[in-house]
Amino acid sequence: MGMTMTQKILAAHARLEKVEPGQLIMADLDLILGNDVTAPVAIREFDKIGTEWVYDKAKVAIVPDHFTPNKDIKSAEQCKLMREFAHHQEIENYFEIGQMGIEHALIPEKGLAVPGDVIIGADSHTCTYGALGAFSTGVGSTDMAAGMASGQGWFKIPEAIRFNLKGKLQPWVSGKDVILHIIGMIGVDGALYQSMEFGGEGIRNLTMDDRFTMANMAIEAGAKNGIFEVDEQTLDYVKEHSTKEFKVYEPDKGARYTRVIDIDISEIRPTIAFPHLPDNTRTIDEVGEIVIDQVVIGSCTNGRIEDLRSAARVLKGKKIHSEVRTIIFPATQKIYLQAMREGLLEIFVEAGAAVSTPTCGPCLGGHMGILARGERAVATTNRNFVGRMGHPESEVYLASPAVAAASAITGRISSPEEVVK
Amino acid sequence: MIQGKVIKYGHNVDTDVIIPARYLNTSDPEELAKHCMEDLDKTFVDRVRKGDIMAAGRNFGSGSSREHAPIALKASGISCVVAETFARIFYRNSINIGLPILECAAAAQDISEGDQVQVDVNTGVITNLTKGKTYQAEPFPAFMQEIINADGLISYVRERKK
Repeated sequence: MGMTMTQKILAAHARLEKVEPGQLIMADLDLILGNDVTAPVAIREFDKIGTEWVYDKAKVAIVPDHFTPNKDIKSAEQCKLMREFAHHQEIENYFEIGQMGIEHALIPEKGLAVPGDVIIGADSHTCTYGALGAFSTGVGSTDMAAGMASGQGWFKIPEAIRFNLKGKLQPWVSGKDVILHIIGMIGVDGALYQSMEFGGEGIRNLTMDDRFTMANMAIEAGAKNGIFEVDEQTLDYVKEHSTKEFKVYEPDKGARYTRVIDIDISEIRPTIAFPHLPDNTRTIDEVGEIVIDQVVIGSCTNGRIEDLRSAARVLKGKKIHSEVRTIIFPATQKIYLQAMREGLLEIFVEAGAAVSTPTCGPCLGGHMGILARGERAVATTNRNFVGRMGHPESEVYLASPAVAAASAITGRISSPEEVVK
Repeated sequence: MIQGKVIKYGHNVDTDVIIPARYLNTSDPEELAKHCMEDLDKTFVDRVRKGDIMAAGRNFGSGSSREHAPIALKASGISCVVAETFARIFYRNSINIGLPILECAAAAQDISEGDQVQVDVNTGVITNLTKGKTYQAEPFPAFMQEIINADGLISYVRERKK
């Protein structure tokens, strides 16, 4: 019986010829990642193991991105603990404020994730690097600690759902709409314990930024990982960003899937997830009149340069609605600089948006844009759970950067088609 | 053998309601326990008693990878979680920190709020003393049982390093 991409990568990293779904393996890790929420817990657990040094200081990455720049004394203390650990251990991939970015935008940009890697991160959106044909998955702090000490992690070999994409996206439709459409179709536990494997000729029509967004939200369908087949675009991206050795894995012809889903992406409309689950989706044509108080454009899901360009195409020369606060977060310093050079930041500020340094802040209700009771936000983030961005009685609507920008102008959830004539 | 009174919730109890991110600027278990479940059930913290068992529906622990979620539940006194299904990161985090969790749809659906329930983690047998019923959960694979027996992943790795 053939293996899926994920099964082949995991088998190779466990030095096995073959693996079966359900099998438990110990795999060698190519990268272990943590942030200012999860790494402090991991460091305390690491100290309990009694080993002095991390197994490979080049294979650990630590990024202070959640409550940074520090929002209060407690978070400053957490960051300090993490920073001291990184310096003491001489961690090569520690990125300080001013050079950092939101981890899942930063890691690929720094060339630390390449095809064929096995990566764990103490953050659920670690699945983002599947866009590059790597196996990457979110774990907890204890897994991060054990990984830092031993260079290995335990995994149960997952089954997979195969998504065969065809066609080309319509104008104003992006990877965000495709993944929201898919989550709406299979549900928030539709891929529980499984891989979501994306392939087919249609992926060639998806940019790398589209793919990062889609792999990023695999977790919102309960998946262990999302993974894309590698094509020329992937290889170009890797050549531009990384000097690491890599290996391209393809699924076997006879790979077994629990489900094969064919999707014509040219039929997908801008899609919005209503409160309070990412699978509660409607197309832009079905939303009705939803008046909003805040727009957030950014995050590990949609803070990349194409996301900002898309928002800027909508906002250029227009004014944001007087009763809407709009906050835009480029996801890394490099993206920030590029957006500045391309004049995007100027477009945002002239439209009346606030532009922030990279941070996860508002996405998880940490800081920099918390909602009050009864308030509604359109956000390009990844979760709209109860209380996710603030008060338990606030509401989050998940959308693409284009829809978010259009909504900022009209003050209600709107299509970019309505705003850009 | 674990025994306790059941506190029951529905489907898709996510880690954001188990412990809201606004409290993640600390990782102190006692601090976290003070805010456990508050966005879903403000009464939880006051009514939970040491040893209580949590029962829930599908996809328990979905969302964020924060280990603070099982840590908060454990520190609040919850001795075991029984659900129809668990989100996978929550599942491995619970095993890694030594919070027993069992996947059993029959038990999770049948058990009611307030029932007295007994759980044998080794065999996966769940006994509902109030309703006089027993249910069989999938027992842990041997490998995970080893981690649990070692009192969590850290002790397990420490032993292997020797």
